[in-house]
Amino acid sequence: MSGFSPGFKRFHRSDDPRLPPGQFVADGFPVLSAGPTPRIERDTWTFTVTDASGGERRWTWAEYQALAQESPTVDIHCVTRWSKFGTSWRGVPVDAFLAHVPNGAGYAMVESYGGYTTNVPLDDLANGRAWIVHEYDGAPLAPEHGGPARMLIPHLYFWKSAKWVRGIRLMERDEQGFWESLGYHDRGDPWREQRTWGD
Amino acid sequence: MGGLTVPGAWLRARLTTRTAETATARTLVFSVPDWPGHLAGQHVDVRLTADDGYQAVRSYSLSAPAGEGVAISVQPVPDGEVSPYLAQELPVGADVQLRGPLGGWFVWRPESPDPVLLVAGGSGVAPLMAMLRARERSGAATPFRLVYSLREPGQRWFRDDLDRYAGRDGGADVHYVYTRVSPDGVVRPAGRLAAADLSAPGWLPQDRPLCFVCGPTGFVEHAANLLVGLGHDAGRIRTERFG
Repeated sequence: MSGFSPGFKRFHRSDDPRLPPGQFVADGFPVLSAGPTPRIERDTWTFTVTDASGGERRWTWAEYQALAQESPTVDIHCVTRWSKFGTSWRGVPVDAFLAHVPNGAGYAMVESYGGYTTNVPLDDLANGRAWIVHEYDGAPLAPEHGGPARMLIPHLYFWKSAKWVRGIRLMERDEQGFWESLGYHDRGDPWREQRTWGD
Repeated sequence: MGGLTVPGAWLRARLTTRTAETATARTLVFSVPDWPGHLAGQHVDVRLTADDGYQAVRSYSLSAPAGEGVAISVQPVPDGEVSPYLAQELPVGADVQLRGPLGGWFVWRPESPDPVLLVAGGSGVAPLMAMLRARERSGAATPFRLVYSLREPGQRWFRDDLDRYAGRDGGADVHYVYTRVSPDGVVRPAGRLAAADLSAPGWLPQDRPLCFVCGPTGFVEHAANLLVGLGHDAGRIRTERFG
């Protein structure tokens, strides 16, 4: 006897090795965001990388589309405890953008249209582990899922995969983004259950 | 910042009452001796443990403000692992574990002077109810309007309190949007939430209300788009989505 919740029984099989602790498998693709969905036209969309000394490099939609594309198929994990296996995306690895700016910064702020921000250690954005994606499941990314383009960092909780992305600002010292300043974790590794401050 | 506590340890929580909201939905009130308090709109993680050690955790919005117990309102999901157990099986007097309060964005503070427009879809009314109750508890005169979308009259939660708020001295405006079946005497034809449902003097864009929208994803997307279309500042629309 645990002393808690008498009569409660396991219902789902959750011993899948792809499932991080405390997560369950979602069938749909739930949406999590803090406000209305912004409408961004591809014609005016730009993506800007700002280095730690303020220098900027900017890409238009056409320039972004012309970069070498990859098609990652990955598992994603939301801090609200759903996980979804085998999601397929199309986009450009973040390394392709970072290659054009001086390195040396340890952290990055991912910035979105609509004002959302999230901080990510630069190591997590580089090394082929993060993409700027514009297709989900073979179709253009819908606005409510972050279209025209969003960040994809599948190895961190999904709030780090900022929707409606418009740029990355490199930082020498870590700063907190939107949810991070409201109690969520600075890194957000689902395998360590880094959900909130102190985890 | 008040309410922005670090939700550290799992706390022992004893079920003290379970009351019916509808034929299937239940409100559970827990006694939690170490509860740090919370803001209206915040949520809590509930952890259940089976005899074999298996644990399941789900998040629920708190439906009552601090000072009125730790209350969650649960719509059992068919074939769900946690919600039917909470709604039907957990014995009164038994314990679960809670962690929280969580979330510091979808919250209403009694000192905020702005009019408040609450937009609920189905069980999304739960955190908005905490805000209505926090307003009453604080004695604030802030103008509140609740637009509550639901399928049919049998699905209505928190009837007594909402009827009281909508009454002569209740001080809050309550507007129902029945999407499938309207009760007798209601003039508005059953149908989906429309811009007209969200337009009321006192809560128009020029009144600069703070808007809170909560419900299933499709509903929240629709309602937030209507509010933006009416001219509300996107920065003053806060959303919380289920499922």
